[in-house]
Amino acid sequence: MATVTFDKATRIYPGTDKPAVDALDLAIEDGEFLVLVGPSGCGKSTSLRMLAGLEEVDGGAIRIGDRDVTHMPPKDRDIAMVFQNYALYPHMTVADNMGFALKIAGVSKDEIRRRVGDAAKLLDLAEYLDRKPKALSGGQRQRVAMGRAIVREPQVFLMDEPLSNLDAKLRVSTRTQIASLQRRLGITTVYVTHDQVEAMTMGDRVAVLNAGLLQQVDSPLGLYDKPSNVFVAGFIGSPAMNIATFDVKDGRATLGNADVAIPASISSKVAAEGSDTVVLGFRPESLLPASAEETGGIPVLVDVVEELGSDAYVYGRPAGPAAEEQADRLRSDQIIARVEPRNAPQKGEKINFTVRPGSEHFFSVKTGERLEP
Amino acid sequence: MSMELRILAAPREQQALLDLPWDMPLEQWPEWYLVALPRGISRHVVRFTRLGGNVYALKEIVKPYADREYQMLRDLARLDVPAVQAVGVVSGREAPGGESLDSVLVTRHLQFSLPYRALFARMMRRDTVDRLIDALVVLIARLHLTGFYWGDCSLSNTLFRRDAGAFAAYLVDAETGELHNGLSDGQRAHDLDTARTNIAGEMMDLLAAGQLDESVDPIGVSDQVVERYEALWTELTEWEAFDVNERWRIARRVDRLNELGFDVDELDIVTDIGGRTIRVQPKVVDPGHHSRRLLRLTGIDAQENQARRLLNDLDTYAAVTEQQGEDEEIVANAWVMDSYEPVLRAIPRDLRGKLEGPEIFHEVLEHRWYLSENLGRDIGLEEAARDYADTVLRHKPDELAILGGTSAEADTTQPFRITWSDLQ
Repeated sequence: MATVTFDKATRIYPGTDKPAVDALDLAIEDGEFLVLVGPSGCGKSTSLRMLAGLEEVDGGAIRIGDRDVTHMPPKDRDIAMVFQNYALYPHMTVADNMGFALKIAGVSKDEIRRRVGDAAKLLDLAEYLDRKPKALSGGQRQRVAMGRAIVREPQVFLMDEPLSNLDAKLRVSTRTQIASLQRRLGITTVYVTHDQVEAMTMGDRVAVLNAGLLQQVDSPLGLYDKPSNVFVAGFIGSPAMNIATFDVKDGRATLGNADVAIPASISSKVAAEGSDTVVLGFRPESLLPASAEETGGIPVLVDVVEELGSDAYVYGRPAGPAAEEQADRLRSDQIIARVEPRNAPQKGEKINFTVRPGSEHFFSVKTGERLEP
Repeated sequence: MSMELRILAAPREQQALLDLPWDMPLEQWPEWYLVALPRGISRHVVRFTRLGGNVYALKEIVKPYADREYQMLRDLARLDVPAVQAVGVVSGREAPGGESLDSVLVTRHLQFSLPYRALFARMMRRDTVDRLIDALVVLIARLHLTGFYWGDCSLSNTLFRRDAGAFAAYLVDAETGELHNGLSDGQRAHDLDTARTNIAGEMMDLLAAGQLDESVDPIGVSDQVVERYEALWTELTEWEAFDVNERWRIARRVDRLNELGFDVDELDIVTDIGGRTIRVQPKVVDPGHHSRRLLRLTGIDAQENQARRLLNDLDTYAAVTEQQGEDEEIVANAWVMDSYEPVLRAIPRDLRGKLEGPEIFHEVLEHRWYLSENLGRDIGLEEAARDYADTVLRHKPDELAILGGTSAEADTTQPFRITWSDLQ
């Protein structure tokens, strides 16, 4: 087992000037489950393939443990790409199915027996080693396939969207299984997905990429609570955060008649960058229904109510006197709020929402970076 | 929300496809729609059906994957890579109860192709294994030249067609494939490593099943894949340096590539400053040297080795009929009328589905050679053809549409794929 270090690793595809992966700095701990996530074209798969040796590295270095693997052929890197699926061979025993690749690699018989035995113990397959795959359950077969990767005793597992060919329901239940298997094995794992929910539920830490640049790497909760810029704020969280540009004046952020008190430190930071506006983000659960008379709220016309049983979400649009300006300054075309499921409004209702004080996220309009109070 | 069934395919095939029971999971299709039980290794439900004289393979798969593989196979066809032909994608399927069903990728079954398991149905000899491997290596090199990274190269994902005593390999499964402008050394190495592991596994399984001659060493065979690939790749792409006086070596390099079945469309030649050393590197090589030439001269579509064989016979014909100085195309036309067509006509119609035309012609040439040697006199082509049909071809299995496998219960006889969902 080992750490993985991307040290200003850069990949520029021939014929393009913009790097697909731009000076990626990322230190993955021994035994960690790290997820690379981002929209399509963000560089997550390229980063994984650079680590696997499938993509050339044009700048910087990649290390596994203390070994510099930047220009090493894939098979010398001590990594295992875990495929979406493996073939099982029906005439071979479970032990042979797990160990045959070692035979090709010239590993001695005794060593193969030891490694297969160890892996079988870890996977609860010890008593099935002499059986044929046919005699096993589906779950056991899948563990035999995993065993094929494990007996190589790799330093790192790499997984590239392994669940993408499953339908949505299976994906949800399978991701927990993979995560718990990884924790049991304790092998450093780098996992790529475009699905932020998958990333948040599986990773010890999640690295968010966009346009070839690492935006933030943190625990799932860290990303949720303290997104380091507007991109991460909008990307992480489902339903997404509400984000809009507010005017800053006299210690308050206003947008039309919506009015939020802001800390003095934010006001001075905004002033320091020579600006009079700030990007304000608030998650759906930070919106509170208020009485119509209460000032400073945002009147919202309800378009859709999503009832999930435990929660309900309102999807709507600004409907007050300043609706047009508010809609213009919103990053998305709707406002999303979590409401009491037992007391959810109807479609077409108008509700006045206020932002729960202290739950706002502030970002610089100039740089998009988070502003800490 | 009701979805619309969408069949993306050529109009002629769309019509035929419309009649299939798309509102049913493939697994439940009644047998009368199907030509055979699913065979070969697949992680998805695969079925074969016959429509208007053609056999089609149907694969049930989530829509983005079906669309992607369809596009990939179309791209490969455009690049002239030997692969199965994508016909269409059927999406928006819905069962009568309203639940949605996965899309189906439709490909046309490759006529006269053989899955490797069918070739091993009887005990397989060492030299047959070698020929299979050679065919697969040429396929991998061709794919890599076009920038295609296979990701899951194996015998199972390949179909073989007979090619004048050898085989020609076709890609069947492009699900894991990626098309790039060019491949990195790492991508090629990894593709080869996967191929090696898969092939060794497949051979070991055949050995365990008692379907492989004991003299075949699975690990030796899989090593061979790597060695032969490297040798071929070097020949296709490496710089070669030699003295200015050895310029004939340029022509020899081109000859060697032709011999391997590749045309050289562009050659990079660099002379050093002193002008003593020449370095050459093939820039654009195109596979199918002989089959293209045969097609141009005669209109006969054949595999590479078959074409080589037929062209040799054409040369012999030109010499024997003293037409060596004549225009090539005129001689070729005469050869088709005097040799090729009479041989095929001599084969009874009911035996013509056993092998492809060029393969039959090749076998007749072989047969004539043996027969003439035994009889101590040269016998004519047509006589050889009639004798071949009666004594040899009649006893061969029909190979027009072999779907492979040996058992109805695929799980017990063939490698099978398991997916993450099995973890449940």
